[in-house]
Amino acid sequence: MTKAMTTPAAGPERGPTAPAGPATGTINKQVASALDAVSDVPDGATIMIAGFGESGVPSALIDALIEHGTSGLTVITNNAGSGERGVAALFRADRVRRVICSYPRSSGSVWFERRYAEGAVELELVPQGTLSERIRAAAAGLPAFYTPTATGTELARGKETRSFGGRDYLLEHALPADVALIRAQRGDRWGNLIYHSVARNYAPTMAAAAALTVAEVAEPVAEPGDLDPEQIITPGIYVDRVVWAAAS
Amino acid sequence: MDEVAAHVAGDLPSGSYVNIGIGLPTLVPRHIPAGRDVILHSENGMLGIGPPPAPGDADPELIDASKNLVTLVPGGCYCSHSEAFLMITGGHIDVTVLGAFQVSERGDLANWAMPGDKIPAVGGAMDLAAGAKQVLVMCRHTTTDGLPKLVAQCSYPLTAPGVVRRVYTDLMTADVRDGGFVVVETAPGVRRDYLERVTAGRLVWPGQDGRDEPGQAAPVMTTNRQAQTAKD
Repeated sequence: MTKAMTTPAAGPERGPTAPAGPATGTINKQVASALDAVSDVPDGATIMIAGFGESGVPSALIDALIEHGTSGLTVITNNAGSGERGVAALFRADRVRRVICSYPRSSGSVWFERRYAEGAVELELVPQGTLSERIRAAAAGLPAFYTPTATGTELARGKETRSFGGRDYLLEHALPADVALIRAQRGDRWGNLIYHSVARNYAPTMAAAAALTVAEVAEPVAEPGDLDPEQIITPGIYVDRVVWAAAS
Repeated sequence: MDEVAAHVAGDLPSGSYVNIGIGLPTLVPRHIPAGRDVILHSENGMLGIGPPPAPGDADPELIDASKNLVTLVPGGCYCSHSEAFLMITGGHIDVTVLGAFQVSERGDLANWAMPGDKIPAVGGAMDLAAGAKQVLVMCRHTTTDGLPKLVAQCSYPLTAPGVVRRVYTDLMTADVRDGGFVVVETAPGVRRDYLERVTAGRLVWPGQDGRDEPGQAAPVMTTNRQAQTAKD
């Protein structure tokens, strides 16, 4: 998967140790439409989708993924969607093969329930803090960690337990992804992001954990310097593409 | 259950950071005494949950972990989901009040799965039970079928073993320690023989566990209430 990092600019050929990319040109991670932003996500990809309930769900990117026809996805997300839109739309369109999730059962999660009952989708259930920490571990380059959560429960089955200071902990592995789809309130061409209230939820962690991070933003994409650096929550280093959600 | 909720709320010390679980515990916040700063934590990334918004004034993205529309109290703040759970597993949350299907006499908690659930869902229950400094349970004393919820051993899948510190039911308040439910208070008119009948785990009465002098009255609220009185 290629990253749209910079505007095209012809640079001299570099040696094998030099970083890839053009020698000159301004960073512009802005993409014209949600469809452009996700059209190279391949079938069978593992994708993180930010959001908690309906708050902070990147619905424009999800709709674009469905429109593009991407299927066979493994989805890492907190809930399995509710109603017809957002994450639920992926189940309705039958694009998900496997979901790694903390709380798939909620009022209105009819499309997930239907696909799960049909056997069309596998579920890996993960305690919520463990889910977040597995994503964070991937972001930090840590292969695994020990957590007190779920020790002595049936979700510990088959997992290594180790005692530290007289207390048992479970070994949990990092959870990376090919793609993260996130939503923010504001973003600039460099990919810096600012969120609105609890719509932030998983986005900052997922942004740093995926090979390719695509952010939809509620307001038109800003110029570098427009966002107050004291307010930026997700630094642009983690973000590859920014698209104005209303642009498509 | 509002009396029980008021009882729980009365035990939350001023200055404490508290996570309120789904179900019956959601009754607790409205009973927190005025003038007491109890800061409510939400797993989706919020410290300082306020009351529901006034009609027409809701921010559709501002929800709590139960996905209800809420507000932020003055002085409250937002954080990422992963930081909200760092607060939990890192032991920064003073108290969590959780509902329960069953609590065992050793403090095992079962509150996330029932046999025959069509779709399993765990959420933050296991993180809260394993991570909060104090786990309090608020539940009805028996199931809708009249079966005891306070048991010798949980038959439902565990959320965490040996974590429950105190249970508040419609019939009594009891500390969970030394392999039993040590009765702290009973609801008005609830007789000892009745409580024995509707409790499957070991009940310990004041003076019976070797800690209290025979004949001494039940300790009315231990550490929490004393801490709160000192701060109020």
